[in-house]
Amino acid sequence: MFDYTFQWGAALKALPDLLNGAVVTFNTAALSMIFGVLIALILAVMRETRNPLLNGIANTWVSIARNTPALFQIYLMYFGVGAFGFHVSSWAALVIGISFNNAGYLAENFRGGLKAVPETQRFAARSLGMTAYQTYRLIVVPQMLRVVFYPITNQMVWAVLMTSLGVIVGLNNDITGVAQEYNVRTYRTFEFFALAAVLYYVTAKLIVIVARLLSWRLFRY
Amino acid sequence: MIEINKVHKSFGDLEVIKGVDLTVDKGEVVSIIGGSGSGKSTLLMCINGLEKIQSGSIRVDGTEVHDKGTDINKLRQKIGIVFQQWNAFPHLTVLENVMLAPRKVLGKSRAEAEEVAVNQLNHVGLGDKIKVFPGTLSGGQQQRMAIARALAMSPDYMLFDEATSALDPQLVGEVLDTVRMLADDGMTMVLVTHEIHFARDVSDRVAFFRNGLVHEIGTPDQVINNPQKPETIAFLKSVS
Repeated sequence: MFDYTFQWGAALKALPDLLNGAVVTFNTAALSMIFGVLIALILAVMRETRNPLLNGIANTWVSIARNTPALFQIYLMYFGVGAFGFHVSSWAALVIGISFNNAGYLAENFRGGLKAVPETQRFAARSLGMTAYQTYRLIVVPQMLRVVFYPITNQMVWAVLMTSLGVIVGLNNDITGVAQEYNVRTYRTFEFFALAAVLYYVTAKLIVIVARLLSWRLFRY
Repeated sequence: MIEINKVHKSFGDLEVIKGVDLTVDKGEVVSIIGGSGSGKSTLLMCINGLEKIQSGSIRVDGTEVHDKGTDINKLRQKIGIVFQQWNAFPHLTVLENVMLAPRKVLGKSRAEAEEVAVNQLNHVGLGDKIKVFPGTLSGGQQQRMAIARALAMSPDYMLFDEATSALDPQLVGEVLDTVRMLADDGMTMVLVTHEIHFARDVSDRVAFFRNGLVHEIGTPDQVINNPQKPETIAFLKSVS
């Protein structure tokens, strides 16, 4: 029968290390989101152009990012690129892998967001003498961001959860990495991973709450 | 001066402008009337290069609008346009809507741009609405804001593309009053409009468009009061 004795004390002692891990997890996810959003903006605009090469590159990116497991994307980044003689650290491989994934998903959202801004807004901006770039930066993108704000929040939560995959390329200082280190040493698998799960949950919830507050502040109209 | 010479414009296989000639002198108000699909709105979009033309030429103060060498953004600074669907920027306040182009395009400081914007908004009677977002305004107020936004660039020309067509009837008057004020100030304007009475009152010349061509043109008295061509007579009968 059930004869396992929970040892929460041991897990709680690991809490400071796990909290440090949470900071690494959050920073990694945030960085991958910054890259993801910037690349996704470029991909979304590339897909709007009529240039077949730009279209092709952007479509391939989106297609691969959305239709292969994030785990493989990170794995291939670490070992695949390594095979070509570029050594990237575990952490860098994770950031690049998740950024790749974020960009793919967000580009699809951004495309929808761009379509939601009427063409007449562009006409109005251009008619005032704004350049195409100014029109995107000052008129189109700010309106698009409102449409894609919740998808971005979602993706940020996903990015936090995806960082747990860093453990497969040897990352040992994020939440999962720390939990795994303790697990290997103590075999208190359940306790450590349960606590790690709580930390992921809290991090994700905090992101959603902050995003909601931010949206009230940002979207005044 | 706006000089339009033998302009042809197609959307795919559909030719909507079939060789239009039209000249608008400095200080003149020209109204374009005609049925839907006669090419009159498209022509306005071609005048400031928002739509490309297939052949012919459009010159504004001697500058070729559709020449690749023309700095179109520079040229657009002196051609204001007001659209049927007013096109307020919803994410900016009324003041920000009007300030944006003077700041970003003309390079004015925030204070200068704000002064210009407030003046223009007062001018169109929106002085008490500068802090709100356009979404809270009525259609007529949004359209007046759009007019102020265009005027804040100190344009030499104003184009109005059916500026009152999307408005509730009781809001049409306030926009027309604003346009009339501009006419009185001597602004050079091209008005695409369905408001025949207004066109008669405010215009120096009226052009009746039909099938992508200027079918009849002359003073309001000639074209609206005493039209010569049967199609013009039929059109005026249908809208009055």
